[in-house]
This record gives sequence, structure tokens and C-alpha cells, in this order.
Amino acid sequence: MSIYFAGNYDVAVIGAGHAGIEAALAAARLGCKTAIFTINMDAVGNCPCNPSIGGTAKGHLVREIDALGGEMGKTADECFLQMRMLNLGKGPAVHSLRAQIDRRKYQDVMKHKLELTDNLDMRQAEITDIEQNNDGTWTLTTRMLAQFVAKTVIIATGTYLGGKIFIGEVSYESGPDGVFPATFLGESLRKLGIPTRRFKTGTPARVKRSTIDLDSLEVQEGDVPPVPFSYDTESLGENKVVCHISYTNENTKKIILDNIHRSPLYGGKIEGVGPRYCPSLEDKIVRFEHKERHQLFIEPCGLDTEEMYLQGMSSSLPEEVQIQFYHTIPGLENALIMRPAYAIEYDCIDPTTMNATLEFRDFSGLYGAGQFNGSSGYEEAAAQGLIAGINAAHKVMGKDEFVLDRASSYIGTLIDDLITKGANEPYRMMTSRSEYRLILRQDNADERLTPIGYELGLISKERWARFNEKQRLIKEEMKRVKHTTIPSSEKLNEILVSRETSPVEGGIRLFELLKRPQLNYKVLQEVDILRPDLPDAIFEQVEIAIKYEGYIKKQLAQVEQMRKLEVKTLPADVDYKTLSGLRLEAQEKLNRIRPANIGQASRISGVSPADISVLLIWLAKRSQEKTTTEVE
Amino acid sequence: MENLTIAAISTALGQGGIGVIRISGEDAVKIADKVFKKVSGELLCDAKGYTAHFGYVYHNNEKIDECVATVFRAPHSYTGEDVVEFSCHGGVYITKTVLRTVLDNGAVIAQSGEFTKRAFLNGKLDLTQAEAVMDIIGAKSSAAAKSALSVHEGALSLKINEVKDELVNRAAHLCAWADYPEEDIPEIEFEALINAIKESSYKLSDLLNNYDRGKAIREGIDTVIVGRPNVGKSTLMNLIAGCDKSIVTDIAGTTRDIVEETAIVKDITLHLSDTAGIRDADNAIEKIGVDKAKKRLLSAELVIAVFDASTKLCDDDLDLLSQLNGTNCIAVINKEDLDNKIDIEKIKEVTDHIVFMSAKNSTGFSDFEDAVEKIAGTDKFDSSSAVLCNERQRSLAKNAFESLSEAISALEFGMTYDAVTVALEESISYLCELTGERVTETVVDNVFHSFCVGK
Repeated sequence: MSIYFAGNYDVAVIGAGHAGIEAALAAARLGCKTAIFTINMDAVGNCPCNPSIGGTAKGHLVREIDALGGEMGKTADECFLQMRMLNLGKGPAVHSLRAQIDRRKYQDVMKHKLELTDNLDMRQAEITDIEQNNDGTWTLTTRMLAQFVAKTVIIATGTYLGGKIFIGEVSYESGPDGVFPATFLGESLRKLGIPTRRFKTGTPARVKRSTIDLDSLEVQEGDVPPVPFSYDTESLGENKVVCHISYTNENTKKIILDNIHRSPLYGGKIEGVGPRYCPSLEDKIVRFEHKERHQLFIEPCGLDTEEMYLQGMSSSLPEEVQIQFYHTIPGLENALIMRPAYAIEYDCIDPTTMNATLEFRDFSGLYGAGQFNGSSGYEEAAAQGLIAGINAAHKVMGKDEFVLDRASSYIGTLIDDLITKGANEPYRMMTSRSEYRLILRQDNADERLTPIGYELGLISKERWARFNEKQRLIKEEMKRVKHTTIPSSEKLNEILVSRETSPVEGGIRLFELLKRPQLNYKVLQEVDILRPDLPDAIFEQVEIAIKYEGYIKKQLAQVEQMRKLEVKTLPADVDYKTLSGLRLEAQEKLNRIRPANIGQASRISGVSPADISVLLIWLAKRSQEKTTTEVE
Repeated sequence: MENLTIAAISTALGQGGIGVIRISGEDAVKIADKVFKKVSGELLCDAKGYTAHFGYVYHNNEKIDECVATVFRAPHSYTGEDVVEFSCHGGVYITKTVLRTVLDNGAVIAQSGEFTKRAFLNGKLDLTQAEAVMDIIGAKSSAAAKSALSVHEGALSLKINEVKDELVNRAAHLCAWADYPEEDIPEIEFEALINAIKESSYKLSDLLNNYDRGKAIREGIDTVIVGRPNVGKSTLMNLIAGCDKSIVTDIAGTTRDIVEETAIVKDITLHLSDTAGIRDADNAIEKIGVDKAKKRLLSAELVIAVFDASTKLCDDDLDLLSQLNGTNCIAVINKEDLDNKIDIEKIKEVTDHIVFMSAKNSTGFSDFEDAVEKIAGTDKFDSSSAVLCNERQRSLAKNAFESLSEAISALEFGMTYDAVTVALEESISYLCELTGERVTETVVDNVFHSFCVGK
């Protein structure tokens, strides 16, 4: 077999999972000649774990991806089976949308979109080697010895890179869902000087629908009407499925504890670090010994399949133990396990070696996204893919780096966390990771990011016009609410008393009424007679802005403070060891993580306030010297 | 944080004639306008740089002192920022009250050397000085690493951590509850949550209330000895201070100015001022002394009023008594060894702390000591208890307390828990800042410790 030259690209994306897809679409849409490589064309956009998109904080990410012109939200809408807005009643900051999706359809729709995208070539090939050429471009070699030359490369290998599946005592090299893994690329990266490490994740069994006694189980319905992810989706139609809830019991626990020594994790076979946030059932049982039962959700994998996903029940115990313990669960007594649960271990890198653009600091033109970077989750992956794709394209086009800061988005928070704090376990997004969560809501992702998406060139003119119209309507309605007085009436006071809030004498501004937590647009409808006929999304924005005004103002002030530190840029080439005054630990951390600015530096653990002060002084001194030299 | 407006007393703390409070930063003039009213009614906002303005400083609509405000406009000031300097009457009490008013209106307390640091960062100092600053940081951090925590600081961080841990637990529950809605996280119980937050806020408010009491131990009490001429003030002062500083004669009016002394009574430091006897003076020089004494009486934290047991209360005594209302006062009935003719009931109307003694014979002094201890609140003060040690800690504890008050009112108002969580986390971050766990420039700037405040 001999090497042959197969083509030139601006951007080459390795992996066609959720990260790779967004990366390739963004790069191609920005005009770059793009290739996306996948080991198996039938694995594009696969959801090897839960058949759902979104969830707490992840729903925020999907909305943000959509607001920037990404694809995940739209495709999830097209393939949705059931929509639920989680955390209703807990406050708008933590509302999060989750869609149960038709898993196969999602893949088909996504793949087709990729196929239809201009500038984008889809190629089934395993990349076995990457090397940087003298001119800065990259050569990618496939298993078939085809060689491609690309100006930039985005690695989005998910759990395929050095993938190894564990089921009890059995283990074998494999990617997810039995697709073969990427066996050679990891070694190639290590040779290049990029160390890798092992992370682990897992998935529960899929069981046959007709063998589950669904009638005996609690039902979880979707929202009526279902709300879409995408600001482009006008309406969704009705929910198509329900989910079911069941619980483990003492018997489940006993079986698991009796066999715990056969778990590869507890038996010491798995070296990879698993996520605390998404533990296997045996993890939960060992760590929360006194908990009597654990909840599980039974979710359909699609409309054209009988496979059902057992959310919360991932495991790496031997197959026969799995059968035993799944059968202890009410409703699953006779369940046929179609695919066993498994744990999968894979190679990933230390994200603190990357810039906020997701480019490796030491390898110009080489980017990473998704699980490869140490995150977990489809949404986290897609978010990084989008940012890496935009930046790779910008690099090719000679445009500025594109960075979202923590105050702009969950996407920015996710990336900032990864590159400054690193990941000791697969990183999952949570609302509590954002200190600005009252302003970074899923309901205002468009307001925050669509102007940026438009400027990038990822938002169409039509959508931009719709966006501006929405913002105009919000402003107008806000004005109306501030200037409308609701006259005192029996009806009004009846409403107020029924909502347990104090009645009024004389008229009251609509604005003042909406401020009260007990009241909302809906309950005031009858007395707000001049209310224009507007979409609920408009009312939602106005109501949140009024109710949370004080808190929002406060958070904006915090953002202001934070941004002052973010603009104090640290030079890329400084050797922190030469800065006297810095403590040793800080010198080492700063040299390793190389923060782009003072704000990032201040978030690195091990860099103390005193160290930051040294940096500030040094920066100021440096800029003074510079000015002096320039004057001379 | 950088660019916050800072303030500090920039003259030596003590009984100087003038005390200067310096405010520097973007909002310096705005904050100054909130506490200072020009006699002419004009606003400082409209004032040009290098101008001085006469007016009054107010605390909650109450006049604190007359004062001259000097306005400097950026970059033509010491720090290179907008600066307002209030020159008011000297004395610990007045300058500190003015400072606190300024802080309560939006400024944050300047750390040692912070004005200098800003001056440097704004290009007002040269490189040599920059190098010096670097050295100080280095020296300071290694010194800090070596130095053991004082008893008070140790107790304080225990106390703060106790409050913080409770709040962190609550916040963590709220976060888990929001982040894992389908994972059997226990529901948030409103009563338990609000009670826990209230409990923490009481603890902080205790700390804040103890601040003044704790301050008595650390910084000493600004004390003035008053009384009509020749009741034995100077003798008493000498007894307390243990040396002859005042000119003691039998001629009324010998002490013509304020004499200062620092003495320690039962571990409490008293900054003593002996004053000219308060009476209707006919001598011009003596009159100045008397006026000063009257003023000092108002600004002092502790007043020791001396009366002569051997004579009836005269007009000057009665006049003095009328001025003692509302002060922290110990009435010393001196010369108890002589015939007792004084009308004690009149004095009881003004203060509960009455001590009979003879300064000359040193009798009754232990009663006096007990009274000082009582009035300084230190008889119940456990020296190992948690104490906020300085204005920085006080203002952080106050911010943390206010954030908790906000969380409580959000809960009571019926706001959703996401808003409550934000207030709660804000409070935690202030407490972390207090214990030095959070990286913010406010904490950072403490390393400039070795520079004298205000320069």
C-alpha cells in the first residue's frame, strides 16, 4: 500500500459527533473549504448515551448555540419526541429546556444537513496520524494512507480515541455502540508532544419496550404546549411520547453490593476518571449507602424502535449481574435487555494547554473540542465545536480570534473553566458554574448572542430582521407597562387577594403589579384590557426584566468589575519564572496555564492575590517602559 | 477591585488640629456630594479641580462637623484620579465618623498604601518607586506566610467560617436542587432556609456590634477629663497615667490647654485628655481652652466628669452636667475624704457610673477601674472571642450582612430561589474575601501594607 495525496482543505475536522458537526458547519458556512472525517458514516451525530438534548444548564448551551447560528437546537426541534421545561417555579435563571429526541432521526437529519452544506466534504476515514508541516499547515494521514493537507485541524474524537469498553470482567477496544475506535491517533498526538490521559464514562442498558410493564409505572408527560429550542422554530406540534419513572429497591442494592468486586471500576481495571455528576448505579449505591432507592426514567429512543433507555442506571457490572439487578426494578421484572450497559474509557487532553479559542497554545492551527477536551455531554461538545470551528475559520481568513467571556454566556463560562481550571473529571455544565446566572438565562440567549452571531456571519438576514423586531416589541411593551395605570376595581382586588398579595386603593401602575412575585401576565389579563396581542416570549422578557430588575442590575455591576480585569492582557511570551515577587507555585502554574489576561489568572487555583498584585504592577511598569521607549 | 472609589483618613490619627479624609476614584466627587453640603448650596460635581469649598459634613442628615472640601480633578491629583479631601476638625471621633459616613455612601476603605499604588498605576510615580513596591510585596508575602494568626484573628476566622460554611451548605443545596431537578434532591424548606439565613445574619450583626467594643481593646478609648476648675482633674489624670504631666497647682485655671496622655486601665487603653476647667472664663486665653474642652467633650468616646464632693454643685457644675447627657460618662466624685456636701441625685440623673474617690489619696481607684471596664463593655468581653480587627473587615462583614438581609427580604417578598441564591452567594463571596479565600483586588491590595495610609 502506498501513500497518496488526497486533497487540500482550509479546515479539517476529525470526528463527526456533536462537537465535530458544529465545528464543520461553522467553518464551512464562514466560507472555508472544510472536510469532516468520521470512522463510520452511520455514526454521524450519534447519541450513544441518553436520547435527549438539553437539561439543566445544557438547555442554556443549546439555546446559546442556536443564538449564534449553530445547528443543535434546530435539529433537536425537528426530531423532538417530548419537550419539558425543567425547574419551572424555581426562577427564570434555572429554567432549562430538555427534549427527548428520536435518536436515529437526529442522526439522519444532521447528516443530511452536513451533506447539503456548501464547502463541506464528508469523508469516512480513520485519521491515524497528524503532523505539522514546515509552512504551518497540517498533514493528516488516513488508515488507507490517503494524505490531506489542511491549514487548520479540529480534533473532536469523543470517546473514540483509544476507546475501550468494559462490561464486568470483559473488556475490548471499541468506540461507542460497537463502532471501532480510533487506535492510532492518540499515539500520533503523544509523539507530537501532546500528552493524553484517560477519562471514563458509561451508559445504561437499552431494553425492549413490550417487555416493560409500563402500565404499572408513574408517567411523565411533556409540556403543553411544547416550547422549541431554536429561535427559528415557529411551532413544534404535540409531544409524541411520554416517559416513565421507577425506582430501585433493597434487592437491587443487594445484588449490586454482592457483585461489586466484579465491577471493573472497583476491581481496579479502569484507570480512567469518571464523572461524579453522572455516576453509575454501583457508584451511587456505594457512595450513598443509606439511600433506600434511586430513581430511574424510562425514555423511548425513537418512534421506529422498541428500544428504551434507562436513565440513571448506567453500570459496568457483568452482563448477567445487570440482568439480575434490572429485573429487581418494578416494571422491569421481565425486561429483555437488548444492549447491555457498559463503561467506556478514552483518551483526552489537558484543556489548560489551550487558549480560549480552543487552539493548542503550542501548536498553531490545531484545535480541540468536546470530550477530547475533557468535557462530558453532547451540548458541552457542540458548544466547543462551534467556537473551535469559528476560530479555525477566522485563522484561515486572517480574522481576529473569537472569544466569549464568562459574563456573555454559559459557552464562555464552560471554556473559561476548562482552560483556566482544567478538568479533573469529565466536565459537565451546571447552572451553579455561572456566577452571572440571573443574566445568562436560556430565555434571553438571543438577546445576548444573536447580534454576535450576525456579526460573525452565521445568522441570516431574515433571522436578524426577526430578532430586531422582537427586541423592538419588547421595548415597546416595556414602555406600555411602565405607563399603564390599572384603575382600582373589585376585579383587580379580587385577583390580588386570591394571589395572596395586598389589595390596592386607587389606581396602580401595571409595572408595579408585575413587580410582585405573586402576579404575572396571565393572572392580570382580565384587568389589563389594553394589552396588545403579542407572543408570550415578549411578555416573558418584560416580566423578568421587571421582577428581577434589582438583581439584574447588581449582576451587571459585577460583570463590569470582572471585565475590567479581563481587558488587562498578559503577554503570551513572558517567562513567569523571571518575575521576582511571584511565589513558586504561581510561577509554575502561570507558566503552564498561560492565562490570556489578569481575570483568567485570578481564577487559577494556586495563584494568590499577592501574585495578582505582582502581575498588575509588572504590567503597569511594562506599559510605562513601552511608552517611554516609543517616545524615545 | 480596581477603580472602586476608596477613602481613608490621611492624617495621623490623634488629636491634631485638622483631620483629612481623602476620597479617590471615579465616584469620589459623587460620593462627596452625598455627605457634604456646601454653604452656598452648590454641588462639588460642578466644581473645578484645585478648588476649596466650605460647608458641612452630614451623617444621616445630622451635621457632624464643619469642613473644607478640596476638589482635585483627574489626572491632576496625587493618585491621578478624581480626589476630594475633607479637612475637618481633628480628633479620632470626628474624623472616623466622617470616614464611616463616606464609606457608607459608596466608597470602600483604602488599604495601606493604596493611594500610592494608584498613583503609581496612573503613572504618577516613577520606576524606582515601582521597584520599591515590588520589594514590599515580596517581603510582605513571605512575612505573612511566617506570621502566626493572633488569637483574635484565629477566633474571627473560626467564626466567619462557621457562618460561611452554613451559608455554603445552604447555597449548595439550592444549586443541587436547581441543577438536578429529577434526582431526588430534598426539597428546599422555606422555613429552614430563612431561619438558617437569619441565624447567620444575627451572627454577623453580633460581630458588627462588637466591632466598637473590640475596637476599645485594640485602639483604645478616646477619653476626656472634664470638670470645673480645681476639682482635681489633673491629679486624677496623673493618678491614672502614673506621672506628673499636668501642671498641678491650687490656682484655678492652671491647665490652659488639652494635655494628652495614654494610660492603661484594666487592659483598656485610654487616650486621655485633661482639659482646662470648664467655667465662664474671663481670661481670653483661658476661654480658648474652655471652648476646646467643651468641643472635646462632644467628640470623646468616654467622658470622665470630675466633681468636688466637698462643695455643693455650682453653676459651672450644673452647666457641665447638662452637657453630659448622651455621652458615655463616669462621674468621679473627688475629694471624698473631705466633708460630703454634694447633691448626688442631680448627677445620678445623668449617669449610672458614679465613683467616689480621692485622687490625692488614691482611694476609690479600683471602683474607678471597674467603672471604666464596665462602660467600655469589656467586663463581658472575652479576649479570645472573635473580633473584626479593622475597617476592611468591618466593611466586608457589613456587606455580607447586607447581602443576607437582601436574601431574607427576597424570601419574605416571595422571590424565586434563583434570586435568593444570588444574594446568598454574594454574601459568601464577601466572607471569603474576609478570610482571604477569594481573589479580588481588594484583598490583593493588602499587600501594600507597608505604605502609610494616605500617602
